[in-house]
Amino acid sequence: MKLGTSAIIGGLLFALAIFVGLFAPWLAHTDPVMGANLMNAEEPPSWIWWFGTDAQGRDIYSRVVHGARISLTVGIVSQLVNSVIGVTLGLTAGYWGGWWDDFVNGLTNVMLAIPSLIFALAIMAVLGPGLTSLLIALGLTNWSFTCRIARASTLSLKSQGYVQAARVLGYGDLRIMITQLLPNMIGPIIVIGTLGMGGAVLAEARSRSSVSASVHPIQAGAACCRRHATRSPQRRGFQCFRGSRSS
Amino acid sequence: MAEPAGRPDDNVILSVKDLAVHFPLGGGLLGGDRRVLRAVEGIDLELKRGECLGLVGESGCGKSTVALSLLGLLTPTRGRIVLDGHVVTERRSVDRKRLARIAQMVFQDPYASLNPRQTVRRMLEDPLRLHGVTAQSEIDGRVAEMLRQVGLRPEQAGRYPHEFSGGQRQRIGIARALILNPKIVICDEPVSALDVSIRAQIINLLLELKESLGLSYIMISHDLGVVEHMSDRVAVMYLGRIVETGGWRDIFERPAHPYTQTLISAIPDPLRRVPLATARGELPNPLDPPDGCAFSPRCRYAEAVCHREPGPSLETRPDGHAVRCWRADEIASQAS
Repeated sequence: MKLGTSAIIGGLLFALAIFVGLFAPWLAHTDPVMGANLMNAEEPPSWIWWFGTDAQGRDIYSRVVHGARISLTVGIVSQLVNSVIGVTLGLTAGYWGGWWDDFVNGLTNVMLAIPSLIFALAIMAVLGPGLTSLLIALGLTNWSFTCRIARASTLSLKSQGYVQAARVLGYGDLRIMITQLLPNMIGPIIVIGTLGMGGAVLAEARSRSSVSASVHPIQAGAACCRRHATRSPQRRGFQCFRGSRSS
Repeated sequence: MAEPAGRPDDNVILSVKDLAVHFPLGGGLLGGDRRVLRAVEGIDLELKRGECLGLVGESGCGKSTVALSLLGLLTPTRGRIVLDGHVVTERRSVDRKRLARIAQMVFQDPYASLNPRQTVRRMLEDPLRLHGVTAQSEIDGRVAEMLRQVGLRPEQAGRYPHEFSGGQRQRIGIARALILNPKIVICDEPVSALDVSIRAQIINLLLELKESLGLSYIMISHDLGVVEHMSDRVAVMYLGRIVETGGWRDIFERPAHPYTQTLISAIPDPLRRVPLATARGELPNPLDPPDGCAFSPRCRYAEAVCHREPGPSLETRPDGHAVRCWRADEIASQAS
């Protein structure tokens, strides 16, 4: 079965990422921060330094492994916040319509008009650096697409017979939204959500590399470590650590 | 909530007085004229206990709008609806749940009217729980009994809608409508989306259930053939108004309004006598109704008065047969 195979491969890759994140302290060779030793600076990959070392002599492999924790936390938590906000706004706007719909649409347009990274940086500037404020910043700024999808799905689903039947049976608005509408729009929302997770990981890396506004600079996510890996010319092979949209 | 004036006749379970539903359409904000779609314009209906009232008309004539207003899903512009002694049209006084236990609906499209993500059991259990049935044994018992009554096996309750055929789905839709023991069931074209071979089964099921559960039906259809089989009385709608209403015999044997005659002649009949009449053209745009009687542009009996004066009020004869036509008497004398 084709779907089964791709699901297994994707699941295994995701499980690997989760595994690495969970067991980082046991998988890493050295402490990602305290393991710095200038004597080992700029080492090429070897059996001792699997991914080489950076300019401060920190083991890049260990930093990537530890970075997985932060990347996963940022990706999952911030996208979860985004999905909850987007679905709540989109669903209620589509279902109730009227001034609430206008208001949510206006808000969505504002969010889409301002680049979300800039918005997130502004929030970070107010809250100060740290993982929590990064999660808040990314969680509040990327819900527009989820909101649009949820609203559009609601508009097309609410005229379906089963939604009307639920109203005739005396269901309240909230019950209709949760039992009748949400389960039937969950597919596209999960797709947007998984794309958003990857986006959040890259956004964390970008926010760090451009303005150093992410989590505390010495404990950045996995995607950040690549920058150090690409500094020295003899290690061009480690371009693979470069994100697709590096700044 | 139950007011004495609401039930002048205990035998009448549903009464509608001067119901009108208008939809405002755009315009207004930028200076354009605010246009109003008069979907339903002053209709009166009465449904007696144990009766099946057929509501007939072309697509777009306002039948479904009437149904939605009866169920409280649309707020009428004016008029008064009394369901089993409860006035529905006074919005705040109506408890939606209470209304749900009085009137239910069977939907047209059995493919769109069942939630694809819920099992049949869930569809039937949730309403019971919502309406205060808490004992699991009672819920299980009522769900199983309901499925048996609509001709499904209780073991099928764990399945999802896509595992059923169209006819079976409509049976599930009927089970859902009846699970709260309503008194009135509004059937909105319950068989028009089904294969012809299945239609008779569903119609017979509806008739059986009506007898065994003591239900009253409003049967909405554009197909007089279906209505002919089920209804005790018939109301014919045209462009938001009722143009003729009467007992089964009045409508099918002595149709008085030219539009009713047209509909009857459209029932396929292999032993057909000469066609009575055919309608020309399409249903007029309800946003821009014709001058005079709404049917006049399509009516083969239309005369000057029909094009000039709006249709007369519904004139009820002593036998309960009512017609809205300037020339009803002349047409009747021509036919005989």
